[in-house]
Amino acid sequence: MKTRRTGRLLAPEILAIVLFILFLFPFFIVVVNSAKTPFEITQNPLTLPAQWGKILQNVVTIWTSVNVQYSTSFLSSVIITVASLVLLNVLSSQAAWVLVRTKTRLSMGIFVTFVAAMVIPFQIVMFPLLTWFREITTLTGVRLLRSFTGIILAYIGFGISQSIFLFHGFIKSIPLELEEAATIDGCRPAQTFYRIIFPILRPIHATVLVLNGIWIWNDYLLPLLILGKGNRVMTIPLAVSNFAGAYVKQWDLILTAILMAMIPIVIFFLFAQKFIIKGMVAGSIK
Amino acid sequence: MRKAKHPAIFWLFLAPVLLAFLVVIVIPFFLGAYYSFTNWSATARLGDSLKWIGLKNFAGILKDPSFTYSFILTVVYTVLNMIFINVVSFGLAMLVTRKLAGRNVYRAGFFIPNLIGGLILGYVWQFIFNNAVPSIGTMIGFASWADAGNLLLAKSTTATLALVLVGTWQYAGYIMVIYVAAIETIPQELIEAAQIDGASPFRRLRAITLPMTRQAFTITVFLTLVNSFKQFDVNVSLTGGGPSAMFMGQPIYGTQLLAMNIYNQGLKSNDMAGGQARAVVFFLVLVIVSVIQVSVNKKREIEL
Repeated sequence: MKTRRTGRLLAPEILAIVLFILFLFPFFIVVVNSAKTPFEITQNPLTLPAQWGKILQNVVTIWTSVNVQYSTSFLSSVIITVASLVLLNVLSSQAAWVLVRTKTRLSMGIFVTFVAAMVIPFQIVMFPLLTWFREITTLTGVRLLRSFTGIILAYIGFGISQSIFLFHGFIKSIPLELEEAATIDGCRPAQTFYRIIFPILRPIHATVLVLNGIWIWNDYLLPLLILGKGNRVMTIPLAVSNFAGAYVKQWDLILTAILMAMIPIVIFFLFAQKFIIKGMVAGSIK
Repeated sequence: MRKAKHPAIFWLFLAPVLLAFLVVIVIPFFLGAYYSFTNWSATARLGDSLKWIGLKNFAGILKDPSFTYSFILTVVYTVLNMIFINVVSFGLAMLVTRKLAGRNVYRAGFFIPNLIGGLILGYVWQFIFNNAVPSIGTMIGFASWADAGNLLLAKSTTATLALVLVGTWQYAGYIMVIYVAAIETIPQELIEAAQIDGASPFRRLRAITLPMTRQAFTITVFLTLVNSFKQFDVNVSLTGGGPSAMFMGQPIYGTQLLAMNIYNQGLKSNDMAGGQARAVVFFLVLVIVSVIQVSVNKKREIEL
């Protein structure tokens, strides 16, 4: 009787461990095969490597590869993600604030347009966007294709609807009295927003950061179109696909490139796990 | 002194987002809608030789077996993916909301694939299907798994299942945390009361957990539907659209989902107008799905 009970209690724990191992199996495959020679991989991709030291050699190969340009690609990915996130958070929170506080038909109409635009998939704008960005460059001289400016602008455009929507929902619940007190004390509207409201928005800023951050960091199609291949500005996903395309089936090196692409995200996740999961849940429920 | 209806701050704070929205979404959207009725290409641009050709691009879609195939494939993939992801992630959520010793570790483990981009994951799984799975087969006495023809990615039907498998692995953790959040709002007394009344675990699931998480289901079903319908990255890196197959008497890409079909039509076949018309159809389907979602939500709100 007693063993049956403990068995029953242990079953979920065992099931969880088995599933956990299954879920992480692909990561195991990446790590062990990044430390192998091509010959070892063809022999058996499941075993531990003969010499872990090989991983360093592979890492150096990827680090110095012209197809990956790891340090530059990493830096470009950081610049694009951080700049887009900062601008998205600042611009959409201030926009959402005036949209909530101005109760007119026009204000409502603008908000509804942003919300409706959330249904627009990237696919319907991607081809015209290329032509149109080229057109803007000939007209104004501002380079948008194959440049940081263009891709950051594109991420703001594509991220703005959902971000405004999220901020809008949150700001609605902030009592107006708070702002009225500040106005009486002589705060100008912009000051009221940045001194009083902006700090209150912290939890929703977190959500917007997480949702957009994961999307922008991992995105492949938009950088592929806007930055193109073989460009000075390259993101990590572009670099990996570039390498995999050039070194077809050289799995020791492809998997090393993948490992190096994964490490920054995994480290970031381990530090900000609670923050990330909370942000993802909050963002989906709204 | 009359207060202005829209004070300066209104326009000041809105100007940057309106500009970005106009430049990146609104103008390309309408340009795109217009282009889908023209002979638009890399050479025929605005002001040059761009000609209005009516519904010709859309008629072309109907005659293109590769689009029809991609459409059907995408619907099948989307429905399978939606079912698999939701079943798996609900199961995982039930599991990790129990009092397990390492439940936070499990949650993190199940969630982590979601943080890595689909492009990278696709390559990893291509390696697993083509190299690791045959080795596993040899180890457990199924040497035939290693035959080139038996590889999962060698046939379009099994390769589609491979796409679903990877999609499930990628999204299950994300959908799981949504279910976890919903399950954790269920009052503990309710479950205890049911336990005292002798309700079986299955009965508790049916009578308490499922009804109490209905709101979450609307969200997750919609999220998984839309995300699966737009799948591109994993498609590119896992199968690249291959292997080839025959459909309506023509050779086509056996696992080319709609997003890839649109991309290839526009940029690989250099038929921008044709690709654009396909994108318009793609958009209309998403609009229909969203309208259904909104109306279902509205109906539910009235019920509550």
